[in-house]
Amino acid sequence: MNPDRRQFLGWGAAAAAGAAAVTTLAPGFRLIELAQARSPQEAASALQRWGLLIDITKCADCDACVTACHEENGVASLGRPETDAQWIRKVNLRDQRTGYAQTLPLMCQHCEHPPCVDVCPTGASFKRDDGIVLVDKHTCIGCRYCVMACPYGARSFVHEAVSGQKADVPRGKGTVESCTLCVHRVDRGESPACVEACNKDGGKAMLFGDLNDASAEIHGRLKSEPSSQIRADLALNTGVRYQGL
Amino acid sequence: MTRIAAVIIAAVLAVAGAADASDQRARGVALPAVKIEKGEACVAPTGEMRRDHMKLLLHQRDRTLRQGLREPRFSLKNCVDCHASRETGSVLGKDGFCSSCHEYAAVSLDCFECHTPLQQKRAAARP
Repeated sequence: MNPDRRQFLGWGAAAAAGAAAVTTLAPGFRLIELAQARSPQEAASALQRWGLLIDITKCADCDACVTACHEENGVASLGRPETDAQWIRKVNLRDQRTGYAQTLPLMCQHCEHPPCVDVCPTGASFKRDDGIVLVDKHTCIGCRYCVMACPYGARSFVHEAVSGQKADVPRGKGTVESCTLCVHRVDRGESPACVEACNKDGGKAMLFGDLNDASAEIHGRLKSEPSSQIRADLALNTGVRYQGL
Repeated sequence: MTRIAAVIIAAVLAVAGAADASDQRARGVALPAVKIEKGEACVAPTGEMRRDHMKLLLHQRDRTLRQGLREPRFSLKNCVDCHASRETGSVLGKDGFCSSCHEYAAVSLDCFECHTPLQQKRAAARP
């Protein structure tokens, strides 16, 4: 069997599995339920693609998402803004002509074709099968090519020794890090800390879900409402989408 | 000349043999204090864990990070939760489960440059 034929059969099997996963008996009743949380024995699958939809018109002038993210991931400020790690930040936009001001949270956009992965010389920067872009700090050599390659400035380098890490979020000096889409929470079936905080204390602007799941709210809203990607011209197919930009 | 060399080698071997006798092996260097704080048995037999714990952890870390498989059995978190000291809640420190052996064997321990050495239940209970 030549490789092309084998690959073709592989695609067939994947397509059949995808079709089986969304087999419906009646509207809203599935033969095989799409599980939100995977079991610990089940690997992340390309059938899912995690993403965010952020409605900027609802994004209030607060930083609940930033605080929650840094609390969840143990990212403490050392009072040195130039070198402090930043996983998510609030960006303020103002139209110079009209003075119309907007504010939005900006983090790793979890691209389908991530430039940070392209440039990484060790393979430390990688995209998980379910679309989450991560840094394998075991193999990261701290060269910071990915920091330069990222068009969103989403990555930070850890300049100083870290202590008091969270058990689920190891962090250490000499490696690059960025938003993980709270991968440890997603694997438990929860939503990222920023989304939870925004819906609790903020303007309810953020929505998390599986972009591939036809029954997910995020899928429906992206299908029926206008949305945009930041730097769509780069054709990176980001997992984080914005409304009202 | 060869006779002298043979005598010297024999003498060295005799001294080495005596030093290797189990009660004298640690002369000059304190044996590691391996305190088992919790549970009856580890996730694998003791001999296997002593020889291969680093291989198990290496395998598990790639599965967890790259594939999202968070099986608790060989996870570092699971190790720390069982083996952390009752007093300090940590696997590091003077009599820490990890550090005492690693210091004895003079093998550097890089895990906790990034991972927390603290037991989570205890950390959660702290203010």
